[in-house]
Amino acid sequence: MLTTTKIKQMELEANAIRANIIETLVEAGSGHSAGPLGMADIFTAFYFHILAHKPKQPTWADRDRLILSNGHICPVQYVTLAHAGYFPVQELLTLRKLNSRLQGHPHRGSLPGIETTSGPLGSGLSQAIGVALAARMDKKTYRTYALLSDGEHNEGNIWEAVMLAGKLKLHNLTAVIDRNNIQIDGYTEDIMPLEPLREKYEAFNWHVLEVNGHDIPAFVAAVNEAKAIYEKPTVIIAHTIPGKGVDYMENDYKWHGNPPGIMDMPGEPPKKEQERDALRSLRTLGGSIECHHLE
Amino acid sequence: MIHKEAHLSDSLFTPEISQRPTRDGYGEGIVLAGRANPRVVALTADLSESTRSNFFEKEFPDRFFELGVAEQNMATVAAGLAVSGKIPFIASYATFSPGRNWEQIRTTISYNDANVKIAGHHAGISVGPDGATHQAIEDIATMRVMANMRVIVPCDAIEARKATVAAARIVGPVYLRFGRGKTPVFTTEKTPFVPGIAQILWQGKKPQVVIIGCGPLLHNALLAAKELQKQKLEVVVLNMHTIKPLDEKTLLAVVAKCGAVVTIEEHQVMGGLGGAVAEVLAKKLPTPMEFIGMQNTFGESGTPAQLMEKYGMDVSAIIAAVRRAAERRISIRG
Ligand SMILES: Cc1ncc(C[n+]2csc(CCOP(=O)(O)OP(=O)(O)O)c2C)c(N)n1
Ligand SMILES: [Mg+2]
Repeated sequence: MLTTTKIKQMELEANAIRANIIETLVEAGSGHSAGPLGMADIFTAFYFHILAHKPKQPTWADRDRLILSNGHICPVQYVTLAHAGYFPVQELLTLRKLNSRLQGHPHRGSLPGIETTSGPLGSGLSQAIGVALAARMDKKTYRTYALLSDGEHNEGNIWEAVMLAGKLKLHNLTAVIDRNNIQIDGYTEDIMPLEPLREKYEAFNWHVLEVNGHDIPAFVAAVNEAKAIYEKPTVIIAHTIPGKGVDYMENDYKWHGNPPGIMDMPGEPPKKEQERDALRSLRTLGGSIECHHLE
Repeated sequence: MIHKEAHLSDSLFTPEISQRPTRDGYGEGIVLAGRANPRVVALTADLSESTRSNFFEKEFPDRFFELGVAEQNMATVAAGLAVSGKIPFIASYATFSPGRNWEQIRTTISYNDANVKIAGHHAGISVGPDGATHQAIEDIATMRVMANMRVIVPCDAIEARKATVAAARIVGPVYLRFGRGKTPVFTTEKTPFVPGIAQILWQGKKPQVVIIGCGPLLHNALLAAKELQKQKLEVVVLNMHTIKPLDEKTLLAVVAKCGAVVTIEEHQVMGGLGGAVAEVLAKKLPTPMEFIGMQNTFGESGTPAQLMEKYGMDVSAIIAAVRRAAERRISIRG
């Protein structure tokens, strides 16, 4: 049940995850900021409400499968997995370091909770189709979730998968698109226009839902609706704000691939202040509440 | 000692040696090629800045194409441009191009003999913290194996610029390989660079072993050569920047004098530079060889220096390999 208290708890959890993402990235000294921050609400909803999973038994056969296709946003998955109890939170500080289980891009087998290796874009949906198809063949009831980015829809591989899932009527598969409108070289509609995205998926025989990706109850409702669709796979186009919660990063594609504290950029806080500003922005919810212990 | 004709940098063995990524040389090279020939065009797949394609974009916006994250499309569009008279340079990370689009390259570029230049960036484990998914260590093998394809691996930013300019003048497919991190710039403007002609960088007196390398690792080879000289073990260091077509003439001449070989590459030991050298020697001059490179494993996250040490490509690993090679030589030649 999604009570008001639980919603509030999850919103606080998502914010704590964002703060941890910043700290983890600063310690790593490289890695992606905007995407992970933008997806914190959705990851919280998955690991703290939607998924059937057992963090202490990560290979439990009946678990729901969450397959991350845009592996570069793994900091949000790593932090969420740690918060959910898959491994110790302190281990986050090893991200991207030698001998770490937290590889720069997720590696299956290195870390509990990671279902597939990713980073090279465009191949997660195909793998999720394989997982969902196996469930159908084995009469398993777990659900498969594929998390995709908007930029990776430039890849032909994605559309091959979109076509196949429509053909197979894989209703146990739900795709979620991080529709944050940015990729590395700029805004998605400048680099390679995706719109009308909804109509494209509909034309490939998918059920399409659109939600505000920062509205946890709305997202949960969309996932539930997907479970009730029996003739088609469902895609949830989640409209998100890249860099969400850190005022100077929001909607700015320059923060796609940089952590705070690495470089001075025109129009951004000086690099020495980037981490502090980011954490302040998160802990004061964009300056709307006070937070003294940061000063 | 340093081979005079190589005209290496005076600060070669000093900490002041300038450091630049080889990809900078690519960016400068395509601009020069673009100025020299209006048929040169550049394409990228959402990696304009990190492949330095943006240098070209800035000067020739009308001859630059942003294809989005679509490496398969990039290769095939370039093939179409090439058969229509353009000289396209396509750039992405090597794991994706020529990794992901290998078959498209095979069919539409290589088999077509289309005049496309493939720039594979972020090659080798020195990519560092991004981890194994982004560290191309198979690309030399997968490109070398294609008919019509040439393969060039520049050792520093200056050679990278020369190689890029040279590639534009070659008619037919060329694969160029670049690294991510800053590495020592140890060649100079005067250092000869001719595709297909290997360059001796270090020439010991009565050498027992030749270190044959490609890419930025050659700097480690030079450091090893200097240290070995102190330890009274003389070597030759050969820059085999062009892996295909391989300079058999220089290779056989140098190996005949030395009698043992160490190959070094930031690549799998199967199928890359070491493999190419072994193929020639097995047929024409069987010689004991040691192979430095990735030993049938993937890389991982870490700093470039840590990874070089862990995977046995640092100076001490090269010295050890040279010693092993020298011992095997004695057992044959005495
Ligand atoms: C096959 C492949 N090509 C290129 C890249 C390099 N790359 C990493 S993220 C990215 C941008 C993709 O856009 P999106 O996922 O929407 O980025 P975000 O919204 O997280 O900023 C690119 C091109 C890659 N990881 N995989
Ligand atoms: Mg995006």
